[in-house]
Amino acid sequence: MAKSAFAKKRASQFWINFVLTAICIIWMIPIIGILITSFRPSEDIFKSGWWTVFPHKEDVEIDRIVLDDSVDVDGPIEIEGITKTFEEWRQGVQLDDGRTITWYGNKRTRTLVVSDRQWVGFATNLNLKNYRDVLGGKTISYKDAQGNTITRVGNNLSGAFLNSLAVTIPGTIIPILIAAFAAFGFAWLNFPGRNIVFTIIVAILVVPLQIALVPILQDYVKLGLNGTFLGIWLAHAGFGLPLATYLLFNYISTLPRELLESAFIDGASNFTIFIRLILPLSVPALASFAIFQFLWLWNDYLVALVFLGEKNQTVTIAVAQLVGEKGQDWHLMTSAAFVSMILPLVVFLGLQRYFVRGLMAGSVKG
Amino acid sequence: MLNSTNTNPEETGILGWFSSTLGQLLVSLFVPAVTFFVLYQGYMFLSRANAPQIVQVIVAIIWGVGGVALLYVVANWLVLKLPKKWSKRLQPFVFVGPAVAIMGWFLVVPVIRTLIGSFRDRLGNEWVGLDNFKFVFTDPRMLETFKNNLLWLIFGTFFSVALGLLIALLADRSKAEVIYKSIIFIPMAISFVGAGVIWKFMYTYKGTGVGIQEIGLLNAIILALGGQSQPWLNMPPWNNFLLIVIMIWLQTGYAMVILSSAIKGVPAELLEAARIDGATETRTFFSIIIPYIQGTLITVTTTIVIFSLKTFDIVRVMTGGNNGTNVIANEFYLQSFSYNNAGRASAIAIVLLIFVTPVIIYNLRQFNKERKGF
Repeated sequence: MAKSAFAKKRASQFWINFVLTAICIIWMIPIIGILITSFRPSEDIFKSGWWTVFPHKEDVEIDRIVLDDSVDVDGPIEIEGITKTFEEWRQGVQLDDGRTITWYGNKRTRTLVVSDRQWVGFATNLNLKNYRDVLGGKTISYKDAQGNTITRVGNNLSGAFLNSLAVTIPGTIIPILIAAFAAFGFAWLNFPGRNIVFTIIVAILVVPLQIALVPILQDYVKLGLNGTFLGIWLAHAGFGLPLATYLLFNYISTLPRELLESAFIDGASNFTIFIRLILPLSVPALASFAIFQFLWLWNDYLVALVFLGEKNQTVTIAVAQLVGEKGQDWHLMTSAAFVSMILPLVVFLGLQRYFVRGLMAGSVKG
Repeated sequence: MLNSTNTNPEETGILGWFSSTLGQLLVSLFVPAVTFFVLYQGYMFLSRANAPQIVQVIVAIIWGVGGVALLYVVANWLVLKLPKKWSKRLQPFVFVGPAVAIMGWFLVVPVIRTLIGSFRDRLGNEWVGLDNFKFVFTDPRMLETFKNNLLWLIFGTFFSVALGLLIALLADRSKAEVIYKSIIFIPMAISFVGAGVIWKFMYTYKGTGVGIQEIGLLNAIILALGGQSQPWLNMPPWNNFLLIVIMIWLQTGYAMVILSSAIKGVPAELLEAARIDGATETRTFFSIIIPYIQGTLITVTTTIVIFSLKTFDIVRVMTGGNNGTNVIANEFYLQSFSYNNAGRASAIAIVLLIFVTPVIIYNLRQFNKERKGF
């Protein structure tokens, strides 16, 4: 009895792991696909699917037979002792030794391909050329699907990477700093209108930012902020502040009251209390939101597209532009996509715990 | 200590008082002036610098972050220079003022400006009454976007939440829980643009002909199963569903993580009691787990619904909204930045806002309930 319950449990464990493994494989395949593709030479990418880099059996051409003019291609054709019609040859005929003979193209080619099933994929050509091409801003050349050599200017993705850093780092720190000040003010200081202002902040948590794009762009054009880092920092601060203030308020308002009161009695000013006490105590909440905001800014496309545009383009803009212009250059698109993904992936995998905490706290936002 | 309000009690006499007040006044004007000068110079350097990009970027980061910190310090210093009564009254605004001003500029005022803009013409010069809204609710282009967003909302949300719940439940019983969850969660770190490239490659199509091998996995699988490869992204209505698959791929991880922590919160005694009473797994799931995590389920669903309404990047990168895949946010982008029709764009933005209004009301209610004594 006990044994059968145990066996049952083992069986259910097996099925659970089976289903989960299957889902995980499906989830990872798209990423693995572009990762492998990004290391393959452009010619290879066009010739065969990325999955062919793994060792597998494939029909490999080992010989060609060209029929001489005496053979009537409309009648039965005899090759290597076998007689078949053109249509049958075209379908491919398997010989007893495992080789396959297939007519190449139409009747006029008079050519047959002899192929054999062999293990291939052990000596796959993988290298870093695509990354060098896409990161640099100099002239690059590669072969396209037809084997022509294409020469053009590289995408200077390393420049876009730096721009993304210039957008993301201040764009993360500035709103957190401003929000921390505000959260402290709302949680511990008394001033008229406190209640109503905070209610408005809660209300604008889910306002779609499309509402702001047209008027803010008008302002930016007037102020000359369009296309500047300052402009996009302010925009990201504006769109990120409601959530940041709300989250940090929730955290800071739960700090023990006695702690602050004793500091206040000791004669510390609000500013000192904030810098010396509140900020250090809020590090977990600040970190959670920082990761959240960092990923959201790094991956942002819409705000960067509207307020930065072509000037100072970020990685997302550069990758999207590559997709728009060079829709078939998979060797560049896949490597560019990977360049754009590498930093958020590292941050994310390294600090996943903080991220999840921020996610839980912030799940009221859209 | 930045605090320097207390005037030196030693310095008595009307002259001393006057000079110190005047001196303080001058200093009070001088310090902000220097601050603004330094910040402005930094800004000018950045906007027309021809230094190497890496230098510019480092300067930008230091200038941006340092500038904001400096502004707070100077503002606080100035407020503390005022008479005690005033400094006490004004200091809270040093703390909340910048945040409130920025949010006001970027979110609150734009709601009103966009609302006004939605009743004006393409350049915002003339009143056009309800014309823009007539366009939004009757034009075939817009109706197509509503239909597509509804598909995103229904299928995207349902599958993200259902798959997330399934994985969370299964992973909860597996020893390798952390590994499974991390893998499903990974797409959360990837930009929609990056995801666009990833999936465009999955769906790519080369055409039919001699010796052509499909390099997109979807078409390769279809060929291997004896089907015919197709340019799927050009084919309505399939293309919409292929785009929604990307959203599911991205959002399932989010649903899973949040629901997983909710499931872990279900008291073990409750589940144990149900098992002793002989309840089946299905029964336990529907009668205990679901009611227990209901609140979280609603939050997750709401968040993903809002996401599906605002979906933009995926469509923009994958199809540009062509071939029957247009969505509201993409039409907004086209109207405002490609067709330069601010009136119509504003009306679309207002409609998006109306769609999320129930969520706003819900959030406010929750907030009021939780913070009776705010």
